[in-house]
Amino acid sequence: MSRADLIDDLLAGRAKYSSIFNYPTLNWADIGAVGWLVDGAAIVNQVALQRTSYGPYARAMVRICKEESFHARQGYDIMMKMSFGTEAQKAMAQDALNRLWWPALMMFGPPEAESVHSAQSMAWKIKIMSNDEGRQKFVDQTIPQIEYLGLDIPDKEAKLNKKTGHYEYSDPDWSEFFDVLKGNGPCNVDRMAARNKAHDDGAWFREGLLAHAEKQQIAAE
Amino acid sequence: MFEFLLRMGDNTLVLGHRVSEWCGHSPVLEEDIALANISLDLIGQTRMWLGLAGEIEGKGRDADALAFRRDAWDFHNLLICERPNRDYGHTLMRQFLFDLWHHERLADLCLSEEGRVAEIAAKCVKEADYHLERSKDLIVRLGDGTSESHEKMQAALEALWPYVGEMFTDDEVDTAMKEVGIAPLPSRQRPRYDAALNAILSKATLARPESDFTHRGGRYGTHTEDLGHMLAQMQFLQRAYPDARW
Amino acid sequence: MAKDWPLWEIFIRGQYGLSHRHVGSLHAPDAEMAVLNARDVYTRRNEGMSIWVVKSADITATAPDRKGPMFDPSNDKTYRHPTFFDIPDEVGSM
Repeated sequence: MSRADLIDDLLAGRAKYSSIFNYPTLNWADIGAVGWLVDGAAIVNQVALQRTSYGPYARAMVRICKEESFHARQGYDIMMKMSFGTEAQKAMAQDALNRLWWPALMMFGPPEAESVHSAQSMAWKIKIMSNDEGRQKFVDQTIPQIEYLGLDIPDKEAKLNKKTGHYEYSDPDWSEFFDVLKGNGPCNVDRMAARNKAHDDGAWFREGLLAHAEKQQIAAE
Repeated sequence: MFEFLLRMGDNTLVLGHRVSEWCGHSPVLEEDIALANISLDLIGQTRMWLGLAGEIEGKGRDADALAFRRDAWDFHNLLICERPNRDYGHTLMRQFLFDLWHHERLADLCLSEEGRVAEIAAKCVKEADYHLERSKDLIVRLGDGTSESHEKMQAALEALWPYVGEMFTDDEVDTAMKEVGIAPLPSRQRPRYDAALNAILSKATLARPESDFTHRGGRYGTHTEDLGHMLAQMQFLQRAYPDARW
Repeated sequence: MAKDWPLWEIFIRGQYGLSHRHVGSLHAPDAEMAVLNARDVYTRRNEGMSIWVVKSADITATAPDRKGPMFDPSNDKTYRHPTFFDIPDEVGSM
């Protein structure tokens, strides 16, 4: 399967991409919150995937994790500047957190019982951690980070269970998750249109360079 | 000297911002990363030029203040830098025409008698060298590639050509800079530019336009309509929340 | 079906003295562009001193199902490693 095939699948709507990209970024704090929460959630999955049984994926993950860690830290840095800044900045930070918290939880996928591929992937050790384990890990690491910023936790029910050492948290709205998967997120249509436009507009460029390379090759032979 | 530094810094700021607009929308992943790198290089260079400009001015304005708190008439970039991206070929042609000038200009500035200018130029020239290598390669490949890519590159060249001459116009600021040994006259660079340009265009099978008409004004603060729109977007946050630090 | 640019494997040498290491792959229309793209994709964080690019199609690899006969025989030959030989402490490190 070549990259061209993968891109064709994506552009035709056959391939899945992370549901979070179907949410909008609305203020500057989103630049911070996306890096911190989205890449932070991605790292939880990806660190585990460095041990996946599928070698090429595991190797790629090592480098990806370094980048994601950079993004998460850069994002948190932006959140700190804003949370400790003016009232308006703090309000922006809170707004971004409120909007992205639930979609970030959804990034781990539905609870085990409802996940289509999870059990099979776990059995093959492609997937190392269950959806719920990943989500718990993310919540446990992120809530203290929210507290440090002095922002409100978007989940009013969230609290530390002293016995288990884990935070208890509310489920996101899973019907929204399945709606977004079906293409009904706030930005699905725009995102796909942008990808298709970039690809279509760039065809002449890709073909032009290839044509030159082929001419050179023939000239050399 | 303040004026001279603004011209250097505004070129890289405005072009860097334009190039960044492609991020996520390029024809292929590798190009997206390459272009984002170029944009970051240019904005990094802006920090140095405008940083020094603020110091020289001595009114407490730093690079950010100069970048985000000036209106269009106080910008002194070449008009070619603010021209809109249009298609990818247009963007690459703009980059090539600029890089060819920029690289030579920086090489000249490395010899500046003003130590701080020479120091900044020495850092920037290596980046500009790479930018030029890339844009030169792409112009040749796309000019030669398919008939469609050839037509697009020729059209881009025709459209941008009237903005090339401004790079080599001398004015009183340039004369003053020459007299104190900070920078040679821009016009001195033209023969070298033309020789290099002709060589690349002929390899790319592109025809050099014949007109020698040139738009000018950017260097004095008279801009095209595009700059104001760009600044509105670029400066929004700093303008809307003037008391905030980011 | 769109035609892909060829795939290239990228090798980067980090510091003087170390050999080039495989870091990943990318697409490019030809070798020169592959080098430029590799510079932008894989050396943004000061990783590189030198870049090699090789067309993926030009690499001949061992077949995964020949792992046994290819590599198992060297598994039990400890005498091929320097630590197999005991050297008395008195002679110093060797």
